[in-house]
Amino acid sequence: MSRTNESSPLPGSLSVNPRLDQWIRLIPATPGGRDTVGVSPGKVDIGQGISTALAQIAADELDVALERIAMRAPGTDASPNEEMTSSSLSIEHSGIAIRYACAEVRATLLQKAAERFGVSVERLTVEDGTVSVVGGGQSATYWELAEPGMFSRAATAQFPPKSPDEFRLIGTSVKRLDIPAKVTGRPSYVHDMMLPGMLHARVVRPPSYEARLASIDDEAAVRALPGLVELVRDGSFLAVVCETEAQALRAARALRNRAKWDDRTRLPAQAVVHEHLKTLPQSLHVVGEKTDAAAAATGARTLSAAFTKPYIAHASIGPSCAVAVWNEGRPEIWCHSQGIFPLRVDLAKALRMPEAEITVHHAEGAGCYGHNGADDVALDAALAARAVPGRPVRLQWMREDEFQWEPFGPAMSIELTASLDADGRIVDWTHELWSNTQSTRPGRQPEGTWLLAGWHLADPLPKPPPRMIPIAGGGGSDRNAIPLYDFPNQKVLHHFITEMPVRVSALRSLGAFANVYAIETFMDELAEAAGIDPVEFRLRHLKDARARAVIEAAADRAGWKGRAAGDGSTGMGIGFAQYKNKQSYCAVVAEVSLEEDLRVTRCVAAVESGLAINPDGIINQTEGGVIQAVSWTLKEAVPFDERGIRCMTWDDYPILRFDEVPEVDVVLIDRPDQKSMGAGEAAQGPTGAAIGNALARAIGVRVRDLPLTKDRIAKALV
Amino acid sequence: MTDTTLTLRVNGAERTVTCDPETALLYVLRNDLDLKGARYGCGQGQCGACTVLVDGKPVQSCNVPTSELAGRDIVTIEGLGTPEAPHPLQQAFIDEQAAQCGYCITGIVMSAKALLDANPRPTRAEIGAALRDHLCRCGTHARIVRAVERAAAALSAAR
Ligand code: FES
Ligand code: FES
Repeated sequence: MSRTNESSPLPGSLSVNPRLDQWIRLIPATPGGRDTVGVSPGKVDIGQGISTALAQIAADELDVALERIAMRAPGTDASPNEEMTSSSLSIEHSGIAIRYACAEVRATLLQKAAERFGVSVERLTVEDGTVSVVGGGQSATYWELAEPGMFSRAATAQFPPKSPDEFRLIGTSVKRLDIPAKVTGRPSYVHDMMLPGMLHARVVRPPSYEARLASIDDEAAVRALPGLVELVRDGSFLAVVCETEAQALRAARALRNRAKWDDRTRLPAQAVVHEHLKTLPQSLHVVGEKTDAAAAATGARTLSAAFTKPYIAHASIGPSCAVAVWNEGRPEIWCHSQGIFPLRVDLAKALRMPEAEITVHHAEGAGCYGHNGADDVALDAALAARAVPGRPVRLQWMREDEFQWEPFGPAMSIELTASLDADGRIVDWTHELWSNTQSTRPGRQPEGTWLLAGWHLADPLPKPPPRMIPIAGGGGSDRNAIPLYDFPNQKVLHHFITEMPVRVSALRSLGAFANVYAIETFMDELAEAAGIDPVEFRLRHLKDARARAVIEAAADRAGWKGRAAGDGSTGMGIGFAQYKNKQSYCAVVAEVSLEEDLRVTRCVAAVESGLAINPDGIINQTEGGVIQAVSWTLKEAVPFDERGIRCMTWDDYPILRFDEVPEVDVVLIDRPDQKSMGAGEAAQGPTGAAIGNALARAIGVRVRDLPLTKDRIAKALV
Repeated sequence: MTDTTLTLRVNGAERTVTCDPETALLYVLRNDLDLKGARYGCGQGQCGACTVLVDGKPVQSCNVPTSELAGRDIVTIEGLGTPEAPHPLQQAFIDEQAAQCGYCITGIVMSAKALLDANPRPTRAEIGAALRDHLCRCGTHARIVRAVERAAAALSAAR
């Protein structure tokens, strides 16, 4: 780890949040307790276990026991602003900031000890926060050495963090700190919060996107229901606030039955949505281009293929929930947003008050896998609580609220064309894709809001113009669209469709899932055309040693069967990608069996994320990514028709069940000499592609439209 | 419906609650008895996040009126163990690190408890079948199955 010189920006999130005491606080023991170190990241735990990994980093850099680290949940009043917890960047942003901050805190305290003991720093050693002179003599703890205001200053990053051979905890599979409470059912989520005098609320949403409230038939009858404290009505935003949750459920049902709506919703039919999207207003962007006319001229055969991916739901197991309270005209909100600071920007607009008067705390929710209803429900709770000042309100979405209103991962279309020369090398490659934006997260746009209730208020806020995520920042729909292989000619075209018939936003891995599905299944088609084994074919086009290593490791562990033809019902396939073309490397080998439905029986994943902070954490995230991607690939598509989203229950949106889950085996390649990278989104694309390739191997034909349902497979076979 | 006073037997103790008898057990557990381990996922009996045991059998507490449970034996996740002294099943989930967000886990542990009580050494397929009504969106399934196997081995060894 090299020293940062004075002129370069501070590492990770220190660059925008340089104050050391924003990150690290030495907290002296209260009677009967122990001295601790408070660590305040701005990144939130969304079930990915980031808190534990960050605690490991802090404990190692400070030389204290892990038990002394107290991780604090982020809040807009006390945490560094790290914007969004997304894109698998927490280890790179927060982890590196904490490493440098802790190294500097430790060095500062050692300096203090050296002065106090009258020895040089080199003669000091630290053991669990106690600094002592080597060979005996004086000692003092960090908490005794610390002085008020000592860390109320900007970091300099002049103190190098430890090198891998000095790590004690980094690189080991420390058990997650939160799991004992979770498996024993202790309150763990915002859903479980209970504040004194807390009321319960539910929203009553319009029946579809463009429906607006016309009237309520006998509103007084709803108001007279037992336990009803307030009926909140602001334009088409409706909520009931009751003494108990059961009363809120009943009141919401009654209100729903009495609300009349003007509905002008017109969606395209689901069967033609991909063609429809292509006809909508759009801009065209060339996101990657490479030309070598001489090489292109050697093309002997050209192949093309077209792919589609449907809208996919985040489908969190716990519908979104928030708690809010207004005191003296100022709201305080607890929610499971992935970005409490950006959320606050939009809350300020919708509540029409200064940002500084709003406090937002992060509290854990169920896994979100991207931008679901977590931000929307925060505004809902704030609007409901505003009607009952001084009383906390817990507002929980119902399952159908989440399925109807969450912003889905967008539908995409992709067309690929490639030419092979006489030796079976790819000499020309074109990737053209069509999609809406992959992010409508709050906070970034100067006008309007992406928060749902904001559109429904009597004085509504407009929807902002959608924004493209630049490819330099990892890209959105074009994430992983630029091939990782060495092609002499390539062109990547992105049709950014600005009109959004269906509400969309970020879903784990964004465009990478569809792009990798297309690229990697097309690579197999080309390998087939060239008469070369798919693993060998990939390696011939790939120089990057780290990429080659994951492909070889996955093939090896899986017992790669080469080009052995399928037997009509079973097959094995491979998929590979480096997430965002710059983060974790992952290759997956899948085995499938075509029974009544397509089943995935086994997946072997090889993953490399640089220095592995917590190896088991990476394996857990990779297993989860594989299984979730199996579900996306085999089963998932949000149902809708011209009148609206037709997704209310788990019957409408089946996901993979326990008895359908493949055996999953993860090979982790640790590279302690390389920087640590997030790993939560690396496996999705490769898994989907491996399944598509295994299916083609099994039945001899390609299915290019996701999901791979039995109807689609049957159609491909005739 | 008017509120009624009901006596429930929860985790071995008699508890008295006053509620509309039609109220689903889930809300009584969470809000009246402050037992937050059973969780709302769908309210329609489709996800298993709210599962508790009634007379030893897994029941989706979102889907059963509290009045039907008077006099029956209700066990929730809090009735198994604590973070300091987890039940062997919970310990197996900790040992296998079988959770991502963890929201689905408490319901799954309850169904696993009922399974192992009835069938101390289930096969993988039997575990999969017993957990079929539970949804996990994080994809923790493989670890969960391993945790149930580990618990089965530990509990059998202790017998
Ligand atoms: S919440 Fe009871 S089954 Fe889903
Ligand atoms: S661990 Fe998150 S839903 Fe199962």
